[in-house]
Amino acid sequence: MSALVQLIGVSKTFGDDAAVHAIDLSVERGQTTVLIGPSGCGKSTLLRLIIGLLEPDSGEIKFDGTTLNAGQIEIIRRRVGYVIQEGGLFPHLTARRNILLMARHLGRAENEMFPRLSELCALTRFPENFLDRYPLELSGGQRQRVSLMRALMLSPELLLLDEPLGALDPLVRAALQKDLKEIFGRLKQTSLLVTHDLAEAAYLGDEIVLMNEGRIVQQGSLKDLQQNPASAFVSEFISAQRSLAVL
Amino acid sequence: MKKIRKAGKQERAFRFLLFSCVPAFLILFSGSLCAAPVVIGSKKFTESYVLGEIAKRQLSDAGIPDEHRQGMGGTIILWEALRGRQIDLYPEYTGTIVQEILKRSDPMHVDTVATELGKMGIGMTKPLGFNNTYALVMKRKRASDLGIHTISDLQKHPELKFGLTHEFLDRQDGWQPLAAAYQLGSQNVIGIDHAIGYDALRSGAIDVKDAYSTDAKIADYDLIVLKDDRRFFPDYDAVFLYRLSLDEKVVAALRALEGKIDDAKMTRLNAEAERTKDYTQAANFFFTSDRESAGDSTGLTSQVSRPVFGESFWHKLARWTARHLELAGLSLLLSTIVGLPLGIWASRGGAIGHIILGFAGIVQTIPSLALLALLVPLPFFGISVRTAIAALFLYGLLPIVRNTATGLQDIPRALRESAIALGLSPRARLWQIYLPMASRSILAGIKTSAVINVGTATLAALIGAGGLGEPILSGLNLNDHATILQGAIPAAVLALLVQSFFDLLDRVLIPKGLRL
Repeated sequence: MSALVQLIGVSKTFGDDAAVHAIDLSVERGQTTVLIGPSGCGKSTLLRLIIGLLEPDSGEIKFDGTTLNAGQIEIIRRRVGYVIQEGGLFPHLTARRNILLMARHLGRAENEMFPRLSELCALTRFPENFLDRYPLELSGGQRQRVSLMRALMLSPELLLLDEPLGALDPLVRAALQKDLKEIFGRLKQTSLLVTHDLAEAAYLGDEIVLMNEGRIVQQGSLKDLQQNPASAFVSEFISAQRSLAVL
Repeated sequence: MKKIRKAGKQERAFRFLLFSCVPAFLILFSGSLCAAPVVIGSKKFTESYVLGEIAKRQLSDAGIPDEHRQGMGGTIILWEALRGRQIDLYPEYTGTIVQEILKRSDPMHVDTVATELGKMGIGMTKPLGFNNTYALVMKRKRASDLGIHTISDLQKHPELKFGLTHEFLDRQDGWQPLAAAYQLGSQNVIGIDHAIGYDALRSGAIDVKDAYSTDAKIADYDLIVLKDDRRFFPDYDAVFLYRLSLDEKVVAALRALEGKIDDAKMTRLNAEAERTKDYTQAANFFFTSDRESAGDSTGLTSQVSRPVFGESFWHKLARWTARHLELAGLSLLLSTIVGLPLGIWASRGGAIGHIILGFAGIVQTIPSLALLALLVPLPFFGISVRTAIAALFLYGLLPIVRNTATGLQDIPRALRESAIALGLSPRARLWQIYLPMASRSILAGIKTSAVINVGTATLAALIGAGGLGEPILSGLNLNDHATILQGAIPAAVLALLVQSFFDLLDRVLIPKGLRL
């Protein structure tokens, strides 16, 4: 097993408080790594750095061994799927066109695209007859399933998910969590998931990375975090979330 | 599968709309560049229109191809147009030449005037025979009630309201020196359109107005001309000014008119023009009565080359509307072609964005008449359709630039970033994501421009560019409401049609997903 993505001493500061400082992080192939922490801790910033929406002030980001730079970022992006909280679907395109947008842009053959589309619908449990609906005609959960299909369409090596379930109501959320776990397992998908929900992190993640104020505080399994907290913040964060879960 | 192929149509429609029209535009535009006939200009009042038509008929009878640009504006516009080669000749008055063109305050002999003009490459015919000097007029009854006969008598009545034309107010031989010469300093003076002023005079809204001494309305409205007892107004002998480079044949035809039109005849022609609302017919009236009095009984020339007149209303309406649509359409096309990229550029913000939006905003604040006047002296423009299109183009720019910029800026950041994160190229992001998402705003901007342009294009008639403004101007000039409505109603209908056309276009061009 080797790292697909490596962040080496990555720092990024800007106006608001979601800065990150000297981050070292590896995303291992075939694993689901979860970034967790209070809001503003910089976890989304890390995702945005990896997909090239932001450029680091210092440090280095390697994808499959090559350092990211402006020259090849567009090529790298095609090897990465990105799902955001509200789905990020384009309202003027149907679900089908949203999903196929990139494949069509790259001139993929239709006889290659359509089997893949059916496969994805089955995988994400999305009814195929809804494919010609516009995003506004779909429910929040359906939109996230479409967004996931769009991200998976080109079989990306890495899947980035930025609080993908954050805006959904609890029942839909639970169903999607279950589906996501199944999908990750079946595809052996390398993923990096951002969440602020410890239960979700524990359920989906092979590796949990706890962040606070732009730094990684502790990394490991939920058990590690519970039994050997690296600082008072770690115990505090875990107990705060657990007490909520118990209630 | 069918659906997928169909889906690319909106983008293609966008591109088609932009690029397919470019060649069509170039063809139409170059068409207005090449005009071979002798171009006659005239000022914006009845007598000048009639003299223009007389010159046109005279040249036509001599077999010279010609074109008359009616009612282009005031002295300076016509003079600049003549010097700038946009027109070849126009009727003018000696007094105006001395005061306004040569800028002399003392009277000059006609021959000296001709010599001075010759130095500038401009020729002048001998006087046509009538002296149309400025005059102050009042209602006969009002004047006799107050015992006013001369301009000096006005001193005793500071309560009188003066309604003077804008040109007279500003002329160097106009109101200010007149007021100084007659010590009329304390008068109540307003600026008013010449034709509308007659109505105001009749209704009693004003007591005194300026007029031309051959004005047909003086008799029509039972007015009296106040005696110029201090001989303030110089002579205004009518002449034609022409460019010296003009073909000899043209000059000869023109000079044949010297001394042929006396005061009485001109007043009659003016009355005829105002009665029939048809300048061509009034001009023809001159030729028929002229030939009769000259004993020309053959009638051969007039039968052979009499120009078509009495054009039907529907034909005229079609001509005006076609020109109006040409003006508004071409300028809108230009505004869109230029405004869309500028709006895209401006949407990126920064200093350039501010400069672009600032410039478009400033242009919008210039009054449309002033913008036309500013463009006229420029070498490429002058008195032409080009100038009107350029002015309308500048006016149409702001709504398109601003709506494109805000439409693009209003796209949520999350969607913008999704497009980037997907790996779409910048061009694909723009054409497939950003522009379709901003389409509602962009189309609203184009619609606003279109409606503004259809309305503003009526002003194009001021510089002789035609369109539905032509009957409006003539109507104002003739004080004829029916003629005004002939232009005003079609212009309003046109604006409504344009509005509904764009409402339909919205349904075609705005993606369905945005209309849910």
